[in-house]
Amino acid sequence: MQYLLMIYQNEVEYAKNDAATSQKMLAEYQAFTQGIVQSGNFKAGDRLQPTTTATTVRVRDGKTLTTDGPFAETREQLGGYYLVEAKDLNAAIEIAARIPSARIGSIEVRPIWVYDK
Amino acid sequence: MTPSEIEKIFRDEAGRALATLIRLVGDFDLAEDALQDAFAVALERWSASALPDNPRAWLVNVAKHKAIDRVRRQAVFRGKQQALVHELELNALVVDEPASILDDDMLRLIFTCCHPAFATEVQVALTLRTVCGLSTMQVARAFLIGEEAMAQRLVRAKQKIKLAGIPYEVPERDALASRLDGVLAVIYLVFTEGYVATEGADLMRPDLATEAIRLGRLLDRLMSDRAGIKGLLALMLLHDARRAGRETAAGDIVLLEEQDRSLWDRAQIEEGLRLVDEALRMPGRPQAYAVQAAIAALHARAPSFAQTDWPQIAGLYEVLLRIGPSPVIELNHAAAVSMVDGPGRALDLVDAISARGGLRGYELLPAVRADLLRRMGRIDDARAAYQAATAATQLEPLRRLYARRMREME
Repeated sequence: MQYLLMIYQNEVEYAKNDAATSQKMLAEYQAFTQGIVQSGNFKAGDRLQPTTTATTVRVRDGKTLTTDGPFAETREQLGGYYLVEAKDLNAAIEIAARIPSARIGSIEVRPIWVYDK
Repeated sequence: MTPSEIEKIFRDEAGRALATLIRLVGDFDLAEDALQDAFAVALERWSASALPDNPRAWLVNVAKHKAIDRVRRQAVFRGKQQALVHELELNALVVDEPASILDDDMLRLIFTCCHPAFATEVQVALTLRTVCGLSTMQVARAFLIGEEAMAQRLVRAKQKIKLAGIPYEVPERDALASRLDGVLAVIYLVFTEGYVATEGADLMRPDLATEAIRLGRLLDRLMSDRAGIKGLLALMLLHDARRAGRETAAGDIVLLEEQDRSLWDRAQIEEGLRLVDEALRMPGRPQAYAVQAAIAALHARAPSFAQTDWPQIAGLYEVLLRIGPSPVIELNHAAAVSMVDGPGRALDLVDAISARGGLRGYELLPAVRADLLRRMGRIDDARAAYQAATAATQLEPLRRLYARRMREME
């Protein structure tokens, strides 16, 4: 069986952490990730940029509608995901608009966090 | 040169200089900071000697080097980004670029600020701040919010550009028409907020209307083959030309029917009329802004309220309803019909709109009803409608107008 483990937390509170606390959390995450890689459980995982960078895409009457910010409808539930490579946000929105559920639900487009090398 | 003269030149050139800098350094914040550095140098150098031949090229060049300095300092501090420094140095070699590339930079900046991944009010704020070069405090004032809150909104928006990968480009052909509609909507929003403020003590905020017209002119120069742009610019010029006649010295509204038409700005009306003709003659389907401008043109040409070509105005509203039906246009159509077929016929149209549930909460609906009822001599109904109109608006001058109407009916 495969499972998607979704991480929810208060991003405003989390951003208030001092450098030492963030470093400690990061180290814990690295250790956890290494652990599940070694145990063979790991398939994929990423940190997401905060919701202030999100764009929600809907297609209604053949038109692509974008809204600033994260998905916010309590009537709809997470039903699936795609991780895609796209050259910029326009390209990502264009792909999102082709997901069949964009016509009946919403697709939240959120950039993946890239750590400095 | 005096500091205020230098500041004026800077204000005129800042938008375009910033547009080019963002392309060169690839970062809004870095470009803005570097341009501020360049302004500080300009204040020092230009006051001591003559203005350079091309102030904008001078600013871009100095700012480019300031950006490199900033990145280098960061690189030393953080021990990385050498690649970026190298890239900047290469870019910095390009000094004289053809005007067409610089024009494209300005369009890139406009389209990026009006990207649909931003909420409309964010698009307006970003445009006023970066394209028009208003200070954060001035933008905050336009939104009637605090400077701190506005600064935060702008920071978040610029972060989103970087982190979400909003491209710094003019949209490709397929997307251009719909994206341009978005840009025009932002400009019109800036204008309408300046033309009839939605709240507060002042009826008009002409600084915003002026900024919107400046943006319209700029866009028309950069993309001269678009009927929508010409139509919008004409519409704004024709409305704004009536500014001096719309308000008394005490800040009270003067309705179109009572305006002293000799106060209207004739030169601006001529410019607007020329643009309407150009917009309507362009190939393709008629654009909503051009048709609205044509209506404004009929008002501008009319020697008096009574001698206005009302049948043609009513007809143009019908054209607008075919382009894009909206209850607000229906309401305006009804007002024009009242001048052709009388207030009774118009009241039927207005009541039909409300019966369908359109315009619920639209503050001018009771005002139009009140006016029609007053003209029909139904004084009690008119009074009730004026009271509803008074309760519906946040704008003091409108409240005073309704109070005056109620007094006149006693």
